[in-house]
Amino acid sequence: MIRVANLTKHFRVHERPPGLKAALRSLVSRTYKTVKAVDGLSFEIQRGERVGFLGPNGAGKTTTLKVLAGLLHPTSGDVVVEEHIPFLRKTTFLERITLVMGQKSQLIWDLPPAETYAMNRAIFDVPHAAFAATLAELTELLDLGPLLNKPTRQLSLGERMKCELAAALLHRPTTLFLDEPTIGLDVSMQLAIRQFVRDYNQRHEATVMLTSHYMDDVVALCPRVIVIDRGTLIHDGDLRGLIKQMDPDKRVSFTLPADAREPDALIAKLGTVIERDGPRVTVRVPEREVAGVVGHLFEHHATDLAIEDPPLEEILRVMFKRESPPT
Amino acid sequence: MRRTLRAIPTMLRIGVAETVAYRAEFIVWMLTTTLPLVMLALWSSVAAETAFRGYSSADFVAYYLANLIVRNLTGSWVGWQVSEEIRTGAMAMRLLRPMHPFVVFATSHLAAVPFRSLIALPIAGALLLSSGASAISHHPAQLLLAIPSIVLAWIITFTILFAIGSIAFFITKAMSLMELYFGLFSLFSGYLLPLDLMPGPLATFAAYAPFRFMLSVPVELLTKDLATGDALTLLAKQAAWAVGSVAIALLVWRRGVRRFEAVGS
Repeated sequence: MIRVANLTKHFRVHERPPGLKAALRSLVSRTYKTVKAVDGLSFEIQRGERVGFLGPNGAGKTTTLKVLAGLLHPTSGDVVVEEHIPFLRKTTFLERITLVMGQKSQLIWDLPPAETYAMNRAIFDVPHAAFAATLAELTELLDLGPLLNKPTRQLSLGERMKCELAAALLHRPTTLFLDEPTIGLDVSMQLAIRQFVRDYNQRHEATVMLTSHYMDDVVALCPRVIVIDRGTLIHDGDLRGLIKQMDPDKRVSFTLPADAREPDALIAKLGTVIERDGPRVTVRVPEREVAGVVGHLFEHHATDLAIEDPPLEEILRVMFKRESPPT
Repeated sequence: MRRTLRAIPTMLRIGVAETVAYRAEFIVWMLTTTLPLVMLALWSSVAAETAFRGYSSADFVAYYLANLIVRNLTGSWVGWQVSEEIRTGAMAMRLLRPMHPFVVFATSHLAAVPFRSLIALPIAGALLLSSGASAISHHPAQLLLAIPSIVLAWIITFTILFAIGSIAFFITKAMSLMELYFGLFSLFSGYLLPLDLMPGPLATFAAYAPFRFMLSVPVELLTKDLATGDALTLLAKQAAWAVGSVAIALLVWRRGVRRFEAVGS
């Protein structure tokens, strides 16, 4: 379980205008400004939940995850993760959590991943039998077989990410903080990692908190989302609820037959056009009118019909625009 | 503690694997510790005709070969590593593991010692026993004391460098401190010249600063004939510095890690 109450994390940042003069002046007197990376954040996550943690760049997501994982001392507020105060970094705490940062590596660069795994086994004091079983499971789920004995520096980004995930999970943590775990990966690798995270969550009843720039990750994995901006909470709840609240209209896509009569008039009648590419059209339709629109489309022999929620990216774009102060 | 002891064999094994991963780096490292040989050539020529302030040519040979051996066994680069990992945020990954980074770094550095000395040690040892034999300590007990003294020198060097590296928690570029450290170390540890060749006030400073205990003391035990009491006193002082430097390193670390900003995403 994760409990965060009134968390703030401020950084003191040295400010210097460009230029040689400013550089020399900064030798004698420096000006600092306080950046409020996290500012009064509160939420709770129950064991076994999968939560998407969203926000624009610089919203404070990574800082929050680092506080939760015990890497940063909070400026104020209470944080409890797995019944521990994270920044004390007690052994019993570190044994239960993991933090995967897509842009940081814990693999020993010059040695094959198998060596990092052996090192982690020793440091986390995982019994040999349990280690072998977990490694076998991870090797199968992530298809690590051919990678285990290849030097890390020779692995591709995707291969390395899979190996990173395995390194982070060998001690079977029950709370996973995943910060951009799919960054830079191709679509099939993203799918594999998503599937893996879901399996792990279900097998071990692990709590998962995930940030990602790929909204598909969030939609596929997280029934609940916490959205923050400039360090403060702006939404916490069910993902579908968020979408409904922000934009209750559906997206109806279809392909018109080549011999459709007066297609422009027909489309205009259905709803607001969002995209039109030849005979393929996407319109925006209020939820209660969807049935009528679909009926119409059938009458006109439209094919490849799809009814979808608005994409999460679009929802967030609107949301963050609304939250921005007037300029 | 028991967990640490159980982990050490694996950590040592991986430390060895890391050390031998790059052959070129391996050779470069061995070359960097050969500065005493240059000094040896210099001082041997100075003392070729007559002894220089009590040092004969053979004394210089013995001094610098012993110096090379001790430096090979005790040299450390942990300060650069720690400060760089703090600056880039890579230290974050170590902080997520339930073992103090001090122990993890110490083990991996310890694993490297025999390999980094693989070539230099036998050659220096053989030369010391041939050309410098007359200038080696004549007391076997004192030669034995050099062994714990080398261990203590390793501890002091490692921990002081660990502490300097940890200063990166407080200032962004602790590397400049490392330059300062290396300057002071070269002068006051006996790395460049025997400490008893130093002029008055500098010699006094050298006697009390920690640098002497990082290199000169084991070299003195190997090459001088000291009274037993003096030898034991040196060792006791060295042990005190070892305890003190561990305490300082852990304190700087503890204070610093609170300020860690785990930069980079």
